[in-house]
Amino acid sequence: MTEATVKKKLVYSYFPGCSLEGTNEAYDVSTRNAARVLGVELRELEDWNCCGATAYVAVNEKKSFVLSARNLALAEKAGLDLVTVCSGCYLALYKANKYIGRNPKLRAEVRNALRAGGLDFAGNVRVRHFLEVVVNDVGEDAVKRHVVRPLQGLRVVCYHGCQIGRPFGDIDDPEKPNLMDRLLSWLGAEPLDFPMSSKCCGGLMMTTHPEVGMKLTGAVLKCACRRKADAIITACPLCQVNLESRQEEICRLVGCDCGIPVMYFTQAMGTALGLGSKELSLGDSLTPVEEVLSAKGVLS
Amino acid sequence: MRGAAIIRFSADLPPMSSRGGGLENPGLGTPRRWSMPMSATEVRDLSKEFLEHVYAIPEGEKINQCIQCGTCSASCPSAEAMEYGPREIIAALRAGMLDRMFESNTVWLCASCYLCTVRCPAGIPFTDVMYELKRLGVKKGLYAKGTPNAVMARIFVDSVQRYGRNAEMRLIRLFFMKTNPLKGVGMVPLGLKLLKKKRLKFGVKKIKGIEGLRKMLAAVEEEEAQR
Repeated sequence: MTEATVKKKLVYSYFPGCSLEGTNEAYDVSTRNAARVLGVELRELEDWNCCGATAYVAVNEKKSFVLSARNLALAEKAGLDLVTVCSGCYLALYKANKYIGRNPKLRAEVRNALRAGGLDFAGNVRVRHFLEVVVNDVGEDAVKRHVVRPLQGLRVVCYHGCQIGRPFGDIDDPEKPNLMDRLLSWLGAEPLDFPMSSKCCGGLMMTTHPEVGMKLTGAVLKCACRRKADAIITACPLCQVNLESRQEEICRLVGCDCGIPVMYFTQAMGTALGLGSKELSLGDSLTPVEEVLSAKGVLS
Repeated sequence: MRGAAIIRFSADLPPMSSRGGGLENPGLGTPRRWSMPMSATEVRDLSKEFLEHVYAIPEGEKINQCIQCGTCSASCPSAEAMEYGPREIIAALRAGMLDRMFESNTVWLCASCYLCTVRCPAGIPFTDVMYELKRLGVKKGLYAKGTPNAVMARIFVDSVQRYGRNAEMRLIRLFFMKTNPLKGVGMVPLGLKLLKKKRLKFGVKKIKGIEGLRKMLAAVEEEEAQR
């Protein structure tokens, strides 16, 4: 099979990541099902390990690169682009791939470590975020063709978070990302201007320093509230958890009263593609996602 | 002389106990309790090691081109909560006062949003610089015992060593046990909500290739020990 046909057939290695096995299972379920409808084949990377993200980099960067590289090596064996939906995993894998590719000394050290465990990595893998795969590889025409229930009248704010565009800005603008806004408009929704789109949700600090994290998440929620959005759309499991898990408490703190649904872009997309609540695990949400979609008449 | 001005924050800390709870954290320093400021020589050595590591980061040498404009501090979402702002880190480095950064809460409040990195007019990869400060602090035990993000990072690393993956529930449980069990109790209502939605997964699956993965990580340690 030539490379062109593989590309055309939209087959990828899929890296779910640890949070999609835990609190954010709904992101995994909705991703797999929405991909299927779009004709995208996601083959789960066999025996993947932790991407080596943020908390690990803070202790040992070289080891975190090796953790990433083990996954990259497995993906290279499979011969497919490595796709993930978690922005944290995406940046960890992408950055490791980029740095290993750029720095011969680092590459030698990483390969040396991989070989100690029976693997090797030549550097021929692309790391992709599923959002960007949908927008760029599936593309506007194909997405629109698959829409059976346009998200008509759904006012959304697209919250891209930090680690899709930053620091490299290779797939979207580092400060004014719009991948999701484009996608949501193809799905028939109405993306509103959202100044907080790439501002920080506080990440892990919601747990470690809630007094800091809650303020940051609060600013995002309040902005969405002021724009009278029907829903916040996210592309990162940590953003999603932060925005919904203590929403009432945070809203009280920043003085807004929105009760705003937070959903993954894959859930919004899956709804437009005709998938049901179960196939998208909409019921997993702590915010009224099903309610707002039903009220807008887009969920049967 | 400058010693007199150093904030002696050991007074705010609970006494050091032995490193807690049987975490497998190869190569990690035990959190240190400051009883006295660092000597000028110690600070110089620390700064030297720090800079060596920063220079190894792609574009890291640009740290020397900092013009103290403060774009990083103005962009940082956590700056308000930081005792020293990001700009002051480079100012302190130049003034031979890098040790104060480890004593402050600044380093561990970086959430890695990369806004400073994107905006820095000198092109300094500042988020990576912050990471380097965290790593150096962890390696040398230069962080206050119970620093929440440092505790979190150590448990995270431990989980990966054991299972090859992160174990969310274990991370949260151990985190609150080792920092503030009372706050953990405050998380129970949220836990119950998540439990009701079947979003809490208790079992941890070890990856099949865990032995190979451990060998890879051990190879890095070996290489680092040789240096």
